[in-house]
Amino acid sequence: MHSKALPYLLLTPATLFLCVFFLYPFVLVAFEAFTRDGGFTLDNFRTMAGSWKFPVTVRNTLLLSAIVVPIQLVMALLMATVVSRLETGRSAALYIFAIPLGISDLAAGLIWLAIFDQSGFLNTLLSNLGVIDRPVMFLGYQSKLTIFIAVALAEIWRATAIMMVILVAGMGLIPREYYEAAEVFGASPWKRFIKITLPLLRPSLQTSIILRVILAFEVFAVVAALGGTNLPVLMGETYNWQFTLQDHNVAAAMALFILAISIGFTLFFLRVLRVPKETRI
Amino acid sequence: MSTVAELSIAAPEARKAGNWLLVATVILLCVWVLLPIYLLIVNALSSPEEVTAFPKRFFPSFDFGSLSFFINFAGVAKALWNSVLVATLTMLLSIGFGAPAGYALSRFEFPGKETFRFLVLMTRAFPLPLLALPLAVMFIRTGLDDTAIGLALVHTTLALPFAVLITFSLFSGIPVELEEAAWTLGCTRLQAFRKVILPLALPGIAASAVFAFTISWNEVFAAAVLTIENRTLTAFLLQSLGESPLYLKFAGGAALVIPALIFIFAVRKYLFAMWGIANR
Repeated sequence: MHSKALPYLLLTPATLFLCVFFLYPFVLVAFEAFTRDGGFTLDNFRTMAGSWKFPVTVRNTLLLSAIVVPIQLVMALLMATVVSRLETGRSAALYIFAIPLGISDLAAGLIWLAIFDQSGFLNTLLSNLGVIDRPVMFLGYQSKLTIFIAVALAEIWRATAIMMVILVAGMGLIPREYYEAAEVFGASPWKRFIKITLPLLRPSLQTSIILRVILAFEVFAVVAALGGTNLPVLMGETYNWQFTLQDHNVAAAMALFILAISIGFTLFFLRVLRVPKETRI
Repeated sequence: MSTVAELSIAAPEARKAGNWLLVATVILLCVWVLLPIYLLIVNALSSPEEVTAFPKRFFPSFDFGSLSFFINFAGVAKALWNSVLVATLTMLLSIGFGAPAGYALSRFEFPGKETFRFLVLMTRAFPLPLLALPLAVMFIRTGLDDTAIGLALVHTTLALPFAVLITFSLFSGIPVELEEAAWTLGCTRLQAFRKVILPLALPGIAASAVFAFTISWNEVFAAAVLTIENRTLTAFLLQSLGESPLYLKFAGGAALVIPALIFIFAVRKYLFAMWGIANR
């Protein structure tokens, strides 16, 4: 076989696949979003933005991301740091921290439903402690705040692992000598973390934040399991337009909107946390 | 590391306190991860009456009432089967398409290489489950709607980028000299790959296959959009959230979680290598 053709031959299946099932659907979704009954129109976006639920949906999704992602970043850094300093049981701790990585967002929602439900474990604990006389409705339609807190906790619980794993891998790339040198000069652990770990971890921080923010905009099943329709979010509304309201064009417009903010935030973090070529390790 | 030794002699108390703090933090974080899963399992292993009762016990009664209700509930067995089928197809498709691409990226320099890598990395910046929306229409036209293979194709877009990047790093880790030695001993390119490279790469490939399986097993949105009659377990649970009783939800949640725990345990050795590499 001619060896010049071989790499292209090997890449063909994957490339064709991505063209048909990744690039083409995006053309389709854009087409659907900008047309109605065969003609070009912006009506789908107007219908989308005109819905009374739309501002609430956007606010909920962005607020959830803004609260969840920074907490996850801190927790992931904490997990990665304590694990790197552990002398025994390191791999066991890493495995346990990584468990939520394999858990579906729907399962995570159901897990936290077991805690926050009216007959759930939080109510049991509170009543055993004598704080409450009878079970509280944490997830009722009147308790938007507790639904929000429950969803945020479930999201933090579920998706911190993905950031942690990226950060642990990134920390492994930082040369030991830097820490040893800093120790010789008497730098405290905190100072070493601020002056060595954080700056050198920037590429990993960047990828983990981008990945996590995009996933945060896609939050869907956790909310469905815990809040039902009481906490509308972007993906849930898209699903609604597609099925309950049977309007594929507006659903496509929603999809493009989610896409646009995802790309917007990706570019934002690429810029803010950019890594100059010469400082890469 | 004599400096460390001197420091620890100078301040043994401070170091001891630091160690305690470290261990306490690790234990606390482990509890944070494990406790919620434990509570779900307690629910799944209690009778339906206990699940809806208040106050609750914090230990399972090992009553299989909830689980047997779940397994015998109309549609559950089929949903489980569909989940396994779709995940297996996803695994085969993503490794079948991804591994050759990973090999090509690791062994050849050629024009267009960067373009391909960019295409793969680009998939990361998009909310992929949304692709299910336009594909739903396309699938109806081509007869792929509500089929396992149709959903597996969408799940493969999620898993393929990982398969490409993981196999790329796997093959890069195997010295090209081994392959060249086989060639000089008279192997063809294919033989050398089959007899020398594949055995070395197989455990890693198996791990990324398990990974692809897990991605499909856990996916909710596309599954719910693309299946109606042939729902997967996630789609089934999502669509019955409104009406199903609590014990059905918790037993279903446990049915989703337990295989996932086993998968993650099976690939634990590769977890960090894979995620670390796949996301750089």
